[in-house]
Amino acid sequence: MEGGRYFGDGLTYLNPSDLKGKLVAIEGTDGVGRSTHIESLQEWLEIQGYGVVTTGWTRSNLMSKTIEMAKQGNILDRWSFSLLYATDFADRLEHQVIPALRSGFIVLADRYIYTAFARDLVRSGDRKWIRDVFGFALIPDLVCYLRIDVDTLALRVIESNGMNYWESGMDLRLGTDLYDSFKKYQGLLIEEFDKMAEEFQFEVIDARKSPDDIQDELRTKIQSMLAAEKSLNAVVP
Amino acid sequence: MSDSVPASHQPHPYPGKLIIVEGIDGSGKSTQLLLLQKWLESREHKVFFTEWNSSELVRDTTKKGKKNKSLTPTTFSLLHATDFASRLFHEILPPLKAGMVVLADRYMYTAFARDVVRGVSPSWIRKLYSFAIRPDLAFYFNVPIDVAVSRLLGGTRANLKFYEAGMDMGFCQDINESFRIFQSRILTEYDKIVPEFDLTVMDATKDIETQQSEMRQVVEKALVNYKTKRGTHGRRTLFWRRFDLPKSE
Repeated sequence: MEGGRYFGDGLTYLNPSDLKGKLVAIEGTDGVGRSTHIESLQEWLEIQGYGVVTTGWTRSNLMSKTIEMAKQGNILDRWSFSLLYATDFADRLEHQVIPALRSGFIVLADRYIYTAFARDLVRSGDRKWIRDVFGFALIPDLVCYLRIDVDTLALRVIESNGMNYWESGMDLRLGTDLYDSFKKYQGLLIEEFDKMAEEFQFEVIDARKSPDDIQDELRTKIQSMLAAEKSLNAVVP
Repeated sequence: MSDSVPASHQPHPYPGKLIIVEGIDGSGKSTQLLLLQKWLESREHKVFFTEWNSSELVRDTTKKGKKNKSLTPTTFSLLHATDFASRLFHEILPPLKAGMVVLADRYMYTAFARDVVRGVSPSWIRKLYSFAIRPDLAFYFNVPIDVAVSRLLGGTRANLKFYEAGMDMGFCQDINESFRIFQSRILTEYDKIVPEFDLTVMDATKDIETQQSEMRQVVEKALVNYKTKRGTHGRRTLFWRRFDLPKSE
């Protein structure tokens, strides 16, 4: 991190310049195996001697139950929907991510603000508001995007857990049944992720490959980010 | 949605009217709003009341966060914005579209004042609420801090609450003194907000009935071209039963 930077307006009461750790975000749609890969990455990094903290979407102490409840009610409007996630994110950022970075940990984030950007865009067609809202977020040192095409994704999700209401974006009424809706919704999300991959310079990893190949690629990206940091530190004593 | 001027700065397109009150705790704004509601209803207007931080969606979360004191200025602010969004969508917009008069006890300006004092960025909070609609009338009940403090401690709410008194800010260990410091800073923010959003300033040190009569005059003027909805006369029970009645301070 070496002087973290905020995505937008930032937290005025918190100077990010003393954050020593590294923030790595793993992004991608549902069903690309993010959590499994993060577990393996943590193991691999810890063996090398790095302190690792993981943080996951909707897993804050404050909000996880509220979000579950709200989802069950299916009564969310676009703004409440996005703001609930933003609150969850802020809680984790201030209580988990920033303290860990300050102590020099590597933070592996399962999903990051880009997930919220994609979901809000699909619901509203507007990019500005949601990016303003998340202006308090830290810019990650590395964003790895596990990219998959929607046909492969559909097969994979049916084979594993099956499609659910929210993964299919049923609140948007994009299709007549779960399958049609899933494909349209996830297709739109992937389209937006692809655009953001260019805009925010994600490292794109082909998630159709075998889990071992994906893990190797992730490790290569993280390794080179850590190496670049070390050489930078060598120049500036 | 991607207009350059946010909704919060443009007149809304709905047939109803949105009237809101703002002011620090102890300014008497809720009392005035209640009296206004009585008057509007006596004149056969269909009125809907909504108040700050009251949606079921986040009520328990806010309570929990307050209890274990884990709220940061940003999560505090985002929770209130979530509450507001949910009420805007479920409580404010439907009656406005139906042509009713909506009365709101506190609106986004409360966040602009209070959350900024807590430490969030003034520009961020305005962008956060850019989805809000602009009220037809916004009253600000201006009161010196001493009057507010003596009103609250003298009777209506003898026990100040932790967050209400800004105890999370660590100004002061004494809750009454902390309240004074916190609310004074909020007053300073309101002073900036009044010209920025063209709020109608009421002198909240005057008698209750004097203030109410002034308020009714302003509202009367604003409702000149407004047509009362009379279609459901005497049959509002079904719609109303689902919502709490307004509470005074």
